[in-house]
Amino acid sequence: MDQLTRLLAYDFVQNAIAAGVVVAIVSGAVSRFVVARNLSFAVHALAEIGFTGAAGFLLLRLPVVLGLLTGSVLTAVSIGVLGVRARGRDVVVGVVMAFGLGLGVLFITLYRGYAGQALAILFGTITGVSRTDVVLLGSIGAVTVAALALIYRPLTFATVDPEGAEARGVPVGPLAVLFLVLTAAAVAVAVQIVGVLLILTLLITPGAAAERLTPKFGRAVVYSVAIALFCTLGGITLALLTDRSVSVFVTSLSFACYLAARFVVGPALLRQSRRGSVEASGAAR
Amino acid sequence: MRGSRGATSAAPAVRFERLTVDYGTGKIWSDLSLQVARGAFVAILGPNGAGKTSLLRAVLGLISPTAGSIEVLGRSPRRGDPAIGYVPQHSSFDPDLPLRGRDLVRLGIDGHRWGIGWRDADADARVARAIASVGAEPYADAAIGRLSGGEQQRLRIAQALVGDPAVLLCDEPLANLDLRNQQAITDLIHAWQERTGGTVLLVTHDVNPVLRLVDEVLFVVNGRWAAGKPDDVLTSARLSDLYGSHVDVVQVSGRLLVVGQSTETGLNLDEPHHAPIPVDGHHGLR
Repeated sequence: MDQLTRLLAYDFVQNAIAAGVVVAIVSGAVSRFVVARNLSFAVHALAEIGFTGAAGFLLLRLPVVLGLLTGSVLTAVSIGVLGVRARGRDVVVGVVMAFGLGLGVLFITLYRGYAGQALAILFGTITGVSRTDVVLLGSIGAVTVAALALIYRPLTFATVDPEGAEARGVPVGPLAVLFLVLTAAAVAVAVQIVGVLLILTLLITPGAAAERLTPKFGRAVVYSVAIALFCTLGGITLALLTDRSVSVFVTSLSFACYLAARFVVGPALLRQSRRGSVEASGAAR
Repeated sequence: MRGSRGATSAAPAVRFERLTVDYGTGKIWSDLSLQVARGAFVAILGPNGAGKTSLLRAVLGLISPTAGSIEVLGRSPRRGDPAIGYVPQHSSFDPDLPLRGRDLVRLGIDGHRWGIGWRDADADARVARAIASVGAEPYADAAIGRLSGGEQQRLRIAQALVGDPAVLLCDEPLANLDLRNQQAITDLIHAWQERTGGTVLLVTHDVNPVLRLVDEVLFVVNGRWAAGKPDDVLTSARLSDLYGSHVDVVQVSGRLLVVGQSTETGLNLDEPHHAPIPVDGHHGLR
């Protein structure tokens, strides 16, 4: 504990924690919809081409965060425009991802600077987050969360009941593209902590664990954010204390959350609600 | 047709005027002219791929006619018209989807609006009434993906009716249901219609469960159509003409069956026909 208090005095630790909070809130909220809309593969592609963008910006000596954002948003728009329908989507994602990643490899081979920075993009880091990065991440995060809140209801409708939503006038197609762009922003933010290769640990796992814990859609979003916060802040703390890579701890914690939700807490809640509903229907008679 | 019970103006509920709809490669409807009076129950029949769903989508304003016109309650179709309730073709929910039946019905009120949507006592009360009207209270708070097909269908109907529509469009609402549930769902739709004077357009591949309620049938095969009272349309002569090859309409144990080489399964159903169960009061919608 003492060690932690001492560490908290450092700038880089404060930056890491601030970035972690932003990352967790954004990815936790987005994750719930990523899971419900079956976008795991697309998220993977957004991150990998985000890497290409980051490598390109590194080459041009521009901010890496903006490179990530550029790469992932462009990918989101391409996927959205080329294949919104679930059946064609995975194929389009694969096609776009392969090409994009190839470009990333090219940029990295051309880059003559410090190789550690490229490694940090792939595997995540907490030491590399500057005050400027935190401000940038905070701004991207705030815009993303605000946009998600604005489209929350129609996006929910379009996610769970696309035919019904379309009939009620929800612009299902444009919302799908817009949500991919928000996911791209969340990816660009989350890469700061867990890296491109481990992105799914924050954009899939919290949402997947949360759906085991409640049948209420809104509450599942809240749980997803809570799980992401726990994993990110827990991961940062453990990384600081042990001086090991933050990604290892974030992925371990989120996997543990998923296992607990799926095999322990979720089934217990289900048994409880079954008993409850049997009693309720008994009382009704 | 059953006249204009419950009508508030002279315009028919739905009017198709020389309607032609193309979809991708070919025409699915040509030159369809039909008026559906307010309060009528119309069954839309025909083999798979005949464009039955597309007709409903045209009424919803989701696809535009290539030629001709549609009027709904005297105006052009527009997306998201609150006067239309829609029960889409059944696709079951993922058992792990965190969504209660109550949430699904609530989306029928304000799911199309922007923002998060905070608690609203008035909306909650309307949702509760819609749920009660389809008898779904015991399971409205469970994850919808874990409910039976009949239970999910009741909640879908509650969602369609929660906005008090004047026209209800149902796409195969009885598919994948056993006879008892087919009867129960049919009774719910009928009870709503009796009380509100609403109009029903119902797509089905089997007319038998709804035959006693149907005022008019619209039968479509390969872009050709026939409309009229069931007794007039569901005859060997009319349907042979429509299919362009000989088919027989036969009555077996009180059920109408269409039999022929080119009918696919058409209106066949293997199960025996059950006598209609009277509509009981507590299924009645508000």
